[in-house]
Amino acid sequence: MGEHTYKQFDAEMEEIRSGVMAMGGLVETQLARAIASLRHPDLDQIDTVAADEMAINQMQMTIDQQCSQIIAKRQPAAIDLRMILVVVKIVNELERLGDEIKKIAYKAHEMLRPERLTAVRLHEITRAAELAERNLQLALDAFARLDVNAAATVIVNDEAIDAAFLAILRQLISYMMEDPRTITPALEIVFIAKSIERIGDHAKNIAENVVHAVKGKDVRHATAEQIRAEVAE
Amino acid sequence: MNLEAVALRPETRPKTDGGTPTKIAVRHLDFYYGSFQALKDNNLEIADRRVTAFIGPSGCGKSTLLRTMNRMYSLYPGQRAVGEIMFNGRNILDAGVDLNMLRAKVGMVFQKPTPFPMSIYDNIAFGVRLYESLSPRAMDERVEWALVKAAMWDEAKNKLKQSGMALSGGQQQRLCIARAVAVKPEVLLLDEPTSALDPISTAKIEELISELKADYTIAIVTHNMQQAARVSDYTAYMYLGELIEFGITDELFLRPSRKETEDYITGRFG
Repeated sequence: MGEHTYKQFDAEMEEIRSGVMAMGGLVETQLARAIASLRHPDLDQIDTVAADEMAINQMQMTIDQQCSQIIAKRQPAAIDLRMILVVVKIVNELERLGDEIKKIAYKAHEMLRPERLTAVRLHEITRAAELAERNLQLALDAFARLDVNAAATVIVNDEAIDAAFLAILRQLISYMMEDPRTITPALEIVFIAKSIERIGDHAKNIAENVVHAVKGKDVRHATAEQIRAEVAE
Repeated sequence: MNLEAVALRPETRPKTDGGTPTKIAVRHLDFYYGSFQALKDNNLEIADRRVTAFIGPSGCGKSTLLRTMNRMYSLYPGQRAVGEIMFNGRNILDAGVDLNMLRAKVGMVFQKPTPFPMSIYDNIAFGVRLYESLSPRAMDERVEWALVKAAMWDEAKNKLKQSGMALSGGQQQRLCIARAVAVKPEVLLLDEPTSALDPISTAKIEELISELKADYTIAIVTHNMQQAARVSDYTAYMYLGELIEFGITDELFLRPSRKETEDYITGRFG
């Protein structure tokens, strides 16, 4: 895409795009900290995750404000308008990611107290969390490079995260049926697993928005096959 | 045959327009100012009782194309059009066309308001008298009807005898629209009708355009892309005398199919 006649317009568009990338970078760091806290509970780490969440909220408001100003000043059309709308939506996804990640860190602290027997399920949880982490990285890369093929991969990969969540759920249900004493700690793990599954969904939403920005097609409720076909066009 | 050129030719009619009848069909239209070719093989159909907007940079031929639709160019020596512009089953470029009747059916409003130096009433009655012989009562009714259509009646009803020149720019332009409407045309050609007006007058004219399309086919040339996006059903993007893209306005401003169009509407032009 060439440059605008108004160079300032280019600078403003670049500002919101780099804002999303900085915000995405912070969310990735926050998720890495939360996953680390699953393995090694650390109060300082959890405080940092909470501080990250506040910084993420602030970034959301800043970028939203910048987008409103561009719309008011420039009356963007076509690719510019789609990009701004997509930035607003992605920023919203990132803010909600921040919330989910904070929940994981808090729950991790409760779950990993030594007396909790459900610590044995740590392996499945961290595996699912790492899947979600990789998919989020891929979604943010897809946005940075406006790469619709990478975006399509993110959308397909989300199915593996959903499957991991269901597998964890089935295992935990078995535990709870066998031994009712595990119900409370198992529910804490369910909450963590659900947050991980939601992280996958937010990454998928980011990827769908990348397709919308680049292709101008709304693929939010399309099947993986339809999205592949759209991206290939 | 140059297959690539055929493939790139824009649609003469947007695909998903719901089957609206065609009012004016432009086919293989070339236009010359002396030896300079200003329009090159333009093909498009103007839909009945819809608003079609023409956008493009200065000198792209959009006003020229508009001026062919009522043969306004015939007033000037050295200007000629070749091709077909079918209107009511006839090629209006044919030599035998009655230009006065054509211009009664295809009215035009220009960039600068052009009220005649006479009363508001006579500004409107003047054109009607050229084509029809109405009783004074019928003429009164026609003047009122035209002013109502142009959203001017409330402002003008108590000063019909005052000079049209004394009105504000926005009012003068609506008076010109009333004058064009008074002869009951089928098509209204608007050549940058709001470029000399303030935002409030512009909004009134735009509101008027959306009301007038219930009865008239409207073609509008505008430099204001947001205006084209707001008021039109179809938009044609022209460049260097060629029709680059012609599509449904809502589509064209969100997802144009040609890169040239996207560059123009997003301000990446030149």
